Amino acid sequence: MPETYVIIVLAMGLVTYTPRWLPLFYLTQYSLPGWFKEWLSLIPAAILSALLLPELVTTGDPRHLDLLRPELWVAVPTFIFARLTQSLGGTVVVGMGLFWVAGKLL
Amino acid sequence: MCPGVKAAWPICLGYIPIGLAFGVLAQKAGMSWGQIALMSSIVFAGSSQFIAVSMLANGATGWAIITTTFFVNLRHLLMSSSLALKLQNAHRGKLSVFAYGVTDESFAINTTRFLSGEWDLNRALVVNHTANACWIVSTVAGGFFGHLIPAHSFGIDYALIAMFICLLVFQLTRRLAVLTAMIAGILSVALALIIPGNAYIVIASVLAATLGVAIGRRLNSMKRRPDGSGEDHA
Repeated sequence: MPETYVIIVLAMGLVTYTPRWLPLFYLTQYSLPGWFKEWLSLIPAAILSALLLPELVTTGDPRHLDLLRPELWVAVPTFIFARLTQSLGGTVVVGMGLFWVAGKLL
Repeated sequence: MCPGVKAAWPICLGYIPIGLAFGVLAQKAGMSWGQIALMSSIVFAGSSQFIAVSMLANGATGWAIITTTFFVNLRHLLMSSSLALKLQNAHRGKLSVFAYGVTDESFAINTTRFLSGEWDLNRALVVNHTANACWIVSTVAGGFFGHLIPAHSFGIDYALIAMFICLLVFQLTRRLAVLTAMIAGILSVALALIIPGNAYIVIASVLAATLGVAIGRRLNSMKRRPDGSGEDHA
């Protein structure tokens, strides 16, 4: 069992590392076409939004829509705070504080 | 303090509760602290580690665990591709070390720093490995005494969500990025409700960025039209 575990973990590491490594190793060495650069430059906004939104409005397994989650309602003032202050540290602390208060109230 | 470590602190704050929770779960599944440390250092991918531990506890086969891990972590391919844009002609050895630490969180931090300038591969490397160290320490600590700490303290469960909210705000520097983020948000929620697993992240991001490029090109060609029917009247 322990040897099997080590082999499984090593294989997990390999299949996780390869997709992280391939683009950095190859795409950095060639000049990329303009449309592809534009596409890559839009990926961060797209991926952050795609990671975030379902966390705010869906829950459960299988997932279902829930617009009453405190995660969503706390996100609104947190978003406004981030927009106004442009402060990452401040936003994290304010978000946590609001979420904590929301948990006490609900 | 070194800028990379300073940039990584929100990640560490967010990793502590998740790492502790992972340690508790792994310890309940019969894993030793050494096994926890091994997985956290070699795989270093939170959600796939949670899934792997529950699969191990349920007696899943090695192949099933490895295949699931691959698909759960495939989204990093997109993140590394996007980071590659900012790291043209960088040292390949360093890039290979950097690649190991590309996670949702380090990607979000580094991509924001690269966008605002004043960032380089060395600093990005420090972010990745500071986050990795926090992850390993938190998960191992969770295995030892995570059960003693009350869950959900001080709203700390919201740390990473708040971080992603702020980093998304930092990305909304032009109208096309706002539009792309809106499309990605709607698509990801719709897909998350329809398909199980986390494939919705990659599918929604790829579609949204593609639509973003298409819309951007269309707007540009309208602007360039000689009859001045576009918005650019210069």
